Amino acid sequence: MIAALREAAIAAAVAFGLFVLLVGLKTEPGSAGTLILRERFGDVALLCGLVFTGRLLMALWRARRAAVEPGAPTRLAALTGRLGSWLAPALLATALLLPWLPGIGRSELDLGILVLTYVMLGWGLNIVVGLAGLLDLGYVAFYAVGAYAYALLAQYFGLSFWICLPLAGILAAFWGVLLGFPVLRLRGDYLAIVTLAFGEIIRVVLVNWTELTGGPNGISGIPRPSFFGLPFSMGGEEGSFAAVFGLEPSPSHRVIFLYYLILCLALLTNWVTLRLRRQPLGRAWEAMREDEIACRALGINLTATKLSAFALGAMFGGFAGAFFATRQAFISPESFTFIESAIILAIVVLGGLGSQLGVAIAAIVMIGGFELFREFDEWRMLIFGGVMVAIMVLRPRGLVGTRTPTIALGERRKISAELVQEGRG
Amino acid sequence: MAYALQQLINGVSLGMIYGLIAVGYTMVYGIIGMINFAHGDIFMIGAFVSLIALLLLSAGGLMEGPAAILLVLVISVAITGLYGWAVERVAYRPLRGSFRLAPLISAIGISIVLQNFVQVAQGARPKPSEAVISGGIELMREGDFTVQLTYVQILIIALTLAVLAIFTVLVTRTRLGRAMRACEQDRRMASLLGIDTDRTISLTFVIGAALASVAGTMYLLRYGVIDFYIGFLAGVKAFTAAVLGGIGSLPGAVLGGLLIGLIETFWSAYFSVQYKDVAAFSILVITLIFLPTGLLGRQEVEKV
Repeated sequence: MIAALREAAIAAAVAFGLFVLLVGLKTEPGSAGTLILRERFGDVALLCGLVFTGRLLMALWRARRAAVEPGAPTRLAALTGRLGSWLAPALLATALLLPWLPGIGRSELDLGILVLTYVMLGWGLNIVVGLAGLLDLGYVAFYAVGAYAYALLAQYFGLSFWICLPLAGILAAFWGVLLGFPVLRLRGDYLAIVTLAFGEIIRVVLVNWTELTGGPNGISGIPRPSFFGLPFSMGGEEGSFAAVFGLEPSPSHRVIFLYYLILCLALLTNWVTLRLRRQPLGRAWEAMREDEIACRALGINLTATKLSAFALGAMFGGFAGAFFATRQAFISPESFTFIESAIILAIVVLGGLGSQLGVAIAAIVMIGGFELFREFDEWRMLIFGGVMVAIMVLRPRGLVGTRTPTIALGERRKISAELVQEGRG
Repeated sequence: MAYALQQLINGVSLGMIYGLIAVGYTMVYGIIGMINFAHGDIFMIGAFVSLIALLLLSAGGLMEGPAAILLVLVISVAITGLYGWAVERVAYRPLRGSFRLAPLISAIGISIVLQNFVQVAQGARPKPSEAVISGGIELMREGDFTVQLTYVQILIIALTLAVLAIFTVLVTRTRLGRAMRACEQDRRMASLLGIDTDRTISLTFVIGAALASVAGTMYLLRYGVIDFYIGFLAGVKAFTAAVLGGIGSLPGAVLGGLLIGLIETFWSAYFSVQYKDVAAFSILVITLIFLPTGLLGRQEVEKV
């Protein structure tokens, strides 16, 4: 108890040091363009008190827990493993039926579309990070390439969404290979920083190449998607979606269509990933993630393996980007900042690298939670970052911490993720 | 000629700032092999603490001129060093021995936390500050263009050299420096020989943060405007500097910082200001492809 109190007091003293200037004194614009300081020492006292109690409770809890033998995390892992067998079909069924469930309005469906976009991005990045073990901090660049590809092709050549969608994917994959070439020789951390630099380069170019991309103002008036050629129009005139199917024209048609479109795209990503994992290419990815040197010794072509991972991951990013552009009808470089890459990476990592179900759950929790905190606009990124650190410290292996080997001799068993070494790159 | 000389002066003073931040990256990488992604934001914290301390001193009317700057530096180093310590303790130490990506992701989380903490606590708007030191020495005149070496630039160069001298003595001559170098070579062996490795690593973070806070103070004095986002770009560029100089090498970090500062300044002066960040990032990519060990780095041997 005394030790706990002492630890808490030390923590409070540190907190005082951290917060006394940055929280205690707020700089505000005063008269004549200079800054003045406003005192807020009450807040500092409050924060120190919070840190003191928090640390005290933690120390007491640790002392009690020390008596219990360690082993609880594995129980949790087993539980998620069991839940997983029926959770995935349940989630899929909910996703399919969502627009028809009672109490689902326009805003809920919009949230669903947003979550599914991130699920798709997460699954796309999962190919690069989770399967191939290449840490990519610039994934949003491919998302941007896809979005701008659709916007520009539609604006300059009048191409429709359905022609642009594959083109956006191909262009993004091309950029993926282009990025892949120089970074082939780099390992883990270096790769992360170079991909980050690449993402920033693309964004800076988008901001500054005003003649083509509209610069910081972005591109507006991007054509909305049609139902395979039938436009969604409110007038209900000849040849529109509502007229052909004999429905009452309603704005919700387009939202429901967009919802199913992104659902299909996301499921396509999932399906391709799951199929590829059983094929030589997918197995080469996973082998490369585990040990590059052993891979090379076994005659696997690392260049082709890495480039294909980059290209495929980028292609799905490009699809998602084209979808984003058509849904928003407006894009600007603002949407493709580093923080976006960090969010997608956080989804993949928190879901448990390489786990498809984990990524979906993480996307639902993170993006859904993010929207819940919309009122606390300034605070939510702060909380987001804090949650990222907390999950890394408490459960570094993510929410779904077990793996079933894609292929095995004899009986297939679940293995603990502790035995899998991701990201050695 | 005069124009180029002016750019040279500007580039060197900018490069000194990058160099000081880069030393923090390279030290942490050398000792625990991770990229401390939040280091740029530690630099930003240093700049904000300096700004508040400066306003506090001038509001009290206690001090003027050099003495005030010295006191600001001391406050900034103390508080930013505490941030460095707290970050390591909370976000990195529990992850030691975890898989490789874990500390990097935790560091990204800390970077987001620090940025948004400052945004919430101090507001999102850029903070202008009055020039504390103004004026300079006129070096040469060519037509109507004068080459000026401002007092702030002199201060930056002198201060950086002084700080680096202290730092070099610390690493090469003291017990702590020896412990740090030992941990860098073999952490397990060092701990077997009675070195408190946790403490050494903590102190490494504190020293790195202290150097970054000096850089933050100088950035504030030189540019006069800071906001909560300056840490990101400065961090990436300083990292580029560390890689260019050869990560793990302390003189390399300073050399890399100077080169990056010069390249960025000359690029903006002669080509285009908009694409100066692209220039810095491209150097990072090019270095890693053609010179992965950097200018002064050691060849890393990969063992099975």
